[in-house]
Amino acid sequence: MGKMNGAQSLVNALEAAGVDVMFGIPGGAILPAYDPIFDSKIRHILVRHEQGAGHAATGYAQATGRVGVCIATSGPGATNLVTPLADAQMDSVPIVAITGQVPAPAIGTDAFQEADIRGVTMPVTKHNYLITDPADIPRAIAEAFHIASTGRPGAVLVDIAKDALQKETTFNYPKNISLAGYNPVLVPKQESINDAAALIAQSKKPVLYVGGGVIKANAAKELMQLAEITGAPVVTTLMARGAFPDSHKQHLGMPGMHGTVAAVTALQKADLLITLGARFDDRVTGKLSTFAPNAKIIHADIDPAEIGKNRHADVALIGDLKNILQALAPATKSALAKSQPDLTPWLNETYGWRSKFPLGYDKPSDGSVSPQYVIERIGKISGPDTIFTAGVGQHQMWASQFIGYEKPRTWLNSGGLGTMGYAVPAAMGAKVGAPDTTVWAIDGDGCFQMTNQELVTCALNNIPIKVAVINNESLGMVRQWQTLFYNQRYSNTDLHSKRIPDFKLLAEAMGCVGLRCERPEDVDKTIEAAMAINDRPVVVDFNVHRDAMVWPMVAAGTSNDDITVARSMAPVWDSQEL
Amino acid sequence: MAIHTLAVLVENSPGVLARVASLFSRRGYNIDSLAVGPTENPKVSRMTIVLNLEGHALDQVSAQLFKLVNVIGISEMKDVDSLKREILLVKVANKAATKEIAKKHNVSIADETDSTISIEAVGSSTAIEALLTELKPHGIRELVQSGLVAIERGANTLADRTLSTMGTANESESNSSTADYQN
Repeated sequence: MGKMNGAQSLVNALEAAGVDVMFGIPGGAILPAYDPIFDSKIRHILVRHEQGAGHAATGYAQATGRVGVCIATSGPGATNLVTPLADAQMDSVPIVAITGQVPAPAIGTDAFQEADIRGVTMPVTKHNYLITDPADIPRAIAEAFHIASTGRPGAVLVDIAKDALQKETTFNYPKNISLAGYNPVLVPKQESINDAAALIAQSKKPVLYVGGGVIKANAAKELMQLAEITGAPVVTTLMARGAFPDSHKQHLGMPGMHGTVAAVTALQKADLLITLGARFDDRVTGKLSTFAPNAKIIHADIDPAEIGKNRHADVALIGDLKNILQALAPATKSALAKSQPDLTPWLNETYGWRSKFPLGYDKPSDGSVSPQYVIERIGKISGPDTIFTAGVGQHQMWASQFIGYEKPRTWLNSGGLGTMGYAVPAAMGAKVGAPDTTVWAIDGDGCFQMTNQELVTCALNNIPIKVAVINNESLGMVRQWQTLFYNQRYSNTDLHSKRIPDFKLLAEAMGCVGLRCERPEDVDKTIEAAMAINDRPVVVDFNVHRDAMVWPMVAAGTSNDDITVARSMAPVWDSQEL
Repeated sequence: MAIHTLAVLVENSPGVLARVASLFSRRGYNIDSLAVGPTENPKVSRMTIVLNLEGHALDQVSAQLFKLVNVIGISEMKDVDSLKREILLVKVANKAATKEIAKKHNVSIADETDSTISIEAVGSSTAIEALLTELKPHGIRELVQSGLVAIERGANTLADRTLSTMGTANESESNSSTADYQN
């Protein structure tokens, strides 16, 4: 290998790691790297804000299953990546961030654009590096991709001092990576599998509690096998929407704060939770001490630290979920062959809840557009092959409720960190990763105003995403809480965004097509008009009723038993159901 | 609440102490004492961490620690099968009384001036505590204590269990309930 500088070595390493695209912005400290990037076969997409680069990398990774890559300079460039790094780490999304750092001799001197980004990102990354010797660059990059994509996926940052990019080195990409302290367990113990199968064979009220890990492990097919072997009802968390088809008869919907009555109640009444790549998040469990009080727990996860973190596991299955499900399916089949409890009463009960308490919404009496209707129609018209992204808030919950998901990697959102502004840049990343797929960002007017600048990036780089701004002129979810818990005192939630900004004109200013819809009868034709545009990004400003609320709801910190289906309205149960 | 002692083998790399400290801070774990130092293997440092925890939280702490890429192995050092020692250096005003107490406790005098006497002691936490209780009435001017260090009794070593194949991918322990976290 000939001599080259560290920057060329970095680009060679990224190519060797299989990177085909990265999102970023140059600046002083990372500038040496941008010279060889100019000649590289890696597509570099110049974003308008580093946060956009980070979420785009996340959207790309969520849509494709590959590692997403973002790149930024030192100081503010790097600190702007903190939110997307924390976001990706919380949702176990594999991304690698490359940042420039001030030259090694200047580190610690409060140099221009210096920030200790390794220190800053320690709590929000799976691992990170500070490289000051160019010889370490290829190994650090190889390790970063290995760590980000294996075990429980996550965010890895590689910070490289400018002088390391400039100094001469030789390129030596490691063939094998071995890390003394990092060897994720992939194959579950057979005795634990047998224990789990035995519990399943004893259960009269089982529920498959499915989390995002199933999607990360590409194990949707294996999940279907287990679901059909057990015949048990299935619930899919916010991170798992699409892991199991919504149209399947065993599917009860999403559990949690805004889950379906059937899904929430099934978890509460179950005698066994078969937990697959889920983490007993507070948004799912409600008040933890009252969650699923009669259930034994099988907990399958690749991360041993999730076992027993929030809820004791009776049987722990540690490993890759694909491996776990491949082992659990036959074990369960043979356990059920010996003794098969009759699930009929339980299925009748749970399916009864589903038909008695379906998701629904009221049409506004003033003739204005219902936000749920808009989202439902986008789902219907665009269909199950579409990738949907969402910001955070009411529109996100409605998009999780009223769009039918049939396939994994078609629903991308910020579940753990709850990052407003995720939708547009994540849609950009998803579209880059899946250029032949229709990508809809379902966004709120609050979220959209945080990151819409990436539509410029989309317009200039032939990334024709579609954005539905569900414009209720307010920070809708916060407003909903103010309605319910703060005596309708709407402190600082009114965005006045009906026409300021004018989202249609804003879209056009950014090189997109801008559309607007203000009447229920125009919803379908506006969506169809947006569907017909494939050469540019399109933004639709849907002016919707502002008092619509997300139901059902389990108020924060309360028990799932206290679910309400509408304001102050608990489900009316038949006496024998209680 | 209960006191637990963890022996943690970590890669001798920059930032590893910060990672451990950051983890404890982020997860809200309380450290009673922390001692870090080199080991027989120059690539490996050893931390001895004394924690005050409730019930099953120890498993959770160990599991979270083990997720750090630079952490190679963790083992709980239980009282029954490990040696635990702390170092105490203490400067006392009453020289005569201190000399007597030092003799009684079989600890050595490290320094002496006209007005003070300094003694050094190595011992278990309880022995150090007993010594301090006796010294207290005699005017402790200054004291400094090390974090506790611990080693397993018998021929076994923590490194044997965790490092024999360091540098090569090896069989991993899946660890829902074991106290030891090793690669």
